[in-house]
Amino acid sequence: MAAPTINREHTGGAGATGDRPATQTVTLAKALNSGLRAAMERDPRVIVMGEDVGRLGGVFRITDGLQKDFGEQRVLDTPLAESGIIGTAIGLALRGYRPVCEIQFDGFVFPGFDQMVSQLAKLHYRSQGKLKVPVVVRVPHGGGIGAVEHHSESPESYFAHTAGLKVVACANAVDAYWMIQQAIACDDPVMFFEPKRRYWEKAELDTTAEPDPLFQSRVVRPGSTATVVAYGPMVKTALDAATAAEDDGHAIEVIDLRTLSPLDLEPVFDSVRRTGHLVVVSEASAEASLTSEVAARVQQECFYSLEAPVLRVTGFDTPYPPSKCEEDFLPDLDRILDAVDRSLAY
Amino acid sequence: MSSPDTPQPRDVVPVGAPTATAAKPTAEQVIAGLRATTEGGEDLVQLLTPEGERIEHPAFAIEATAEDLCALYRDMVLIRRADREANALQRQGQLGIWVPLLGQEAAQIGAGRAMRPQDMAFPSYREHGVAWCRGVDPTELLGIFRGTDHGSWDPVATNFHLYTIVIGNQCLNAAGYAMGQRFDGKVGDENGEATIVFFGDGATSQGDVHEGMVWAAVYDAPLVFYCQNNQWAISEPLERQTRVPLYQRARGYGFPGIRVDGNDVLACLAVTRWALDECRTGNGPVLIEAFTYRMDAHTTSDDPTRYRLADELELWKLKDPIERVRVHLVREGMADQSFFDAIQAESDELATRFRDYCINMPSPGPERIFANVYAEESPPLAAQRDEFLAYHASFADGGDH
Repeated sequence: MAAPTINREHTGGAGATGDRPATQTVTLAKALNSGLRAAMERDPRVIVMGEDVGRLGGVFRITDGLQKDFGEQRVLDTPLAESGIIGTAIGLALRGYRPVCEIQFDGFVFPGFDQMVSQLAKLHYRSQGKLKVPVVVRVPHGGGIGAVEHHSESPESYFAHTAGLKVVACANAVDAYWMIQQAIACDDPVMFFEPKRRYWEKAELDTTAEPDPLFQSRVVRPGSTATVVAYGPMVKTALDAATAAEDDGHAIEVIDLRTLSPLDLEPVFDSVRRTGHLVVVSEASAEASLTSEVAARVQQECFYSLEAPVLRVTGFDTPYPPSKCEEDFLPDLDRILDAVDRSLAY
Repeated sequence: MSSPDTPQPRDVVPVGAPTATAAKPTAEQVIAGLRATTEGGEDLVQLLTPEGERIEHPAFAIEATAEDLCALYRDMVLIRRADREANALQRQGQLGIWVPLLGQEAAQIGAGRAMRPQDMAFPSYREHGVAWCRGVDPTELLGIFRGTDHGSWDPVATNFHLYTIVIGNQCLNAAGYAMGQRFDGKVGDENGEATIVFFGDGATSQGDVHEGMVWAAVYDAPLVFYCQNNQWAISEPLERQTRVPLYQRARGYGFPGIRVDGNDVLACLAVTRWALDECRTGNGPVLIEAFTYRMDAHTTSDDPTRYRLADELELWKLKDPIERVRVHLVREGMADQSFFDAIQAESDELATRFRDYCINMPSPGPERIFANVYAEESPPLAAQRDEFLAYHASFADGGDH
């Protein structure tokens, strides 16, 4: 697939300027900040807009320092209304800008949903390609931070269900750095989900490396006993589960979906054909979700390879509970391993 | 000011009755078919009366030659003819639906002719007259309503965005576009750019219209909010949307609001030209309420006899936007019969061409379903397309079943 290419000579930001080494240890939050900075340095039409993204640098500090360096016309502290953010970003995109919108928390995305579904997703189709709306909408998603209601949700399936939008989810700092730049370079609107409880986890980032294409899934841990598919904040949980399963003699293969729409399931099919067992993991509720889609597609493509039904480990089919309950609500290492065991024992 | 001890009218409303009754028409008004909204009030800007009398307004002077007036007349007659032809084509089964323009010709032609080439327009779905002014041929409007496309004209080449059907969405898209005009340094002198967004009285209840006004105000966007108040949002009268005249809402956002006689093409032209100039020179945004009347149904699927009285329509017929210009042209000797005959002939030609085009429009093939969903192809969608097209082609008649 034609994925946006990032010119690594102009990455800027972390590690690429001055005499600093190319490889640095950075948090996922800092990697996003550096990626945004690199995109803004590369293309003067890239603008950042959202609530508190300017002077404050965003409530998670993802846009920290950008307004100071790029000015108030490229980093816009917007009025407090999400439909307005998305709706005006569309107009700016029609004018030739590449807006990167920040939705402050997952649960606040819905006032902007109408503009995303009715305009952002459909303008290219409606105009038969005469109009491009390269808007990126960044959404911190997922729970696990002890927050109040509306601050821990996983709404990505709504957007994956919407034709015309592309949806990606980064799971680590390295991907965060590259994927945000690739999303900005993409001519389609991209929903960009960020695993908020992983914002402060660190990784070694080499800004001179060759990034994977944006719309590709990736095997992040090879194995042969069973396949576990996850995305966003659940990738680390799945990896932890795979590590723990070594003690039981299980070699679990973990796949990070990375792209949620379009789905890139060839690596999953390849894996399931080898392992015969699949567990799909997501914080989102199970019903009519991305995990449903993965399960359906795998049974369609890998019917004779499956040695057990596809199992899912997800948030329950409830609204997000009060945070004192979230440890039970969120999939964890034990629930993933329990599902692997049930699959293997089938 | 009344003291707290003074009983207010709302205090005597029976328990359980709606409290917001101030906007409700009286029984007498309903029976008479004459609601308060048939008059624009003392703030209405008017330059040509319903009787065709040219009057002056201190704030909105305009030079209009006989040639100018004849051109405006021609625009209105031709777009009304296309509109009536489309309505008939729907009745004959050639269109799935049509959204009539009837009665709003002056509001749209006045605004459309006020625009300069560099200005951008964001329409709702009834702006056939504005489309005409932007060089969009009326035949290009047909695909939406015949079901062959979602809008076929080039919005970049014409500076006329595609029709927006979800009520009010376009106000935010226009605000963003206008912000871009300012960010691009295209605002600040008489050659600057401006944007105009079209919406109706019903849309003013939408959050997106409110947010659009907030955004345009705080970013000093060169945006004219052009509200065609045609008194009816399908079956709901203006009283269901507002307690105050709509143009007065602008004050709450911190920019000027003007109510213009939406059936007076000259006044609409003058006020919109002024508003666009305000915007292009950096004094935007501006709200214009074009006070007009939807003389036909909301769409061809609608039946206005269920919710409004014929008397109301009869009253508004006396304010017809085209007739007052014709009367003025004749009375002032600005046009003779040969002019009107020529317009009539041109109108007939347009109607014939419009009808022929409509009836002969090809239907898109099944590949159209999948075309241009994304700028960069989605492999799963491409696979779905290929599978369906192969299935489609597998029929003996090549799928033409």
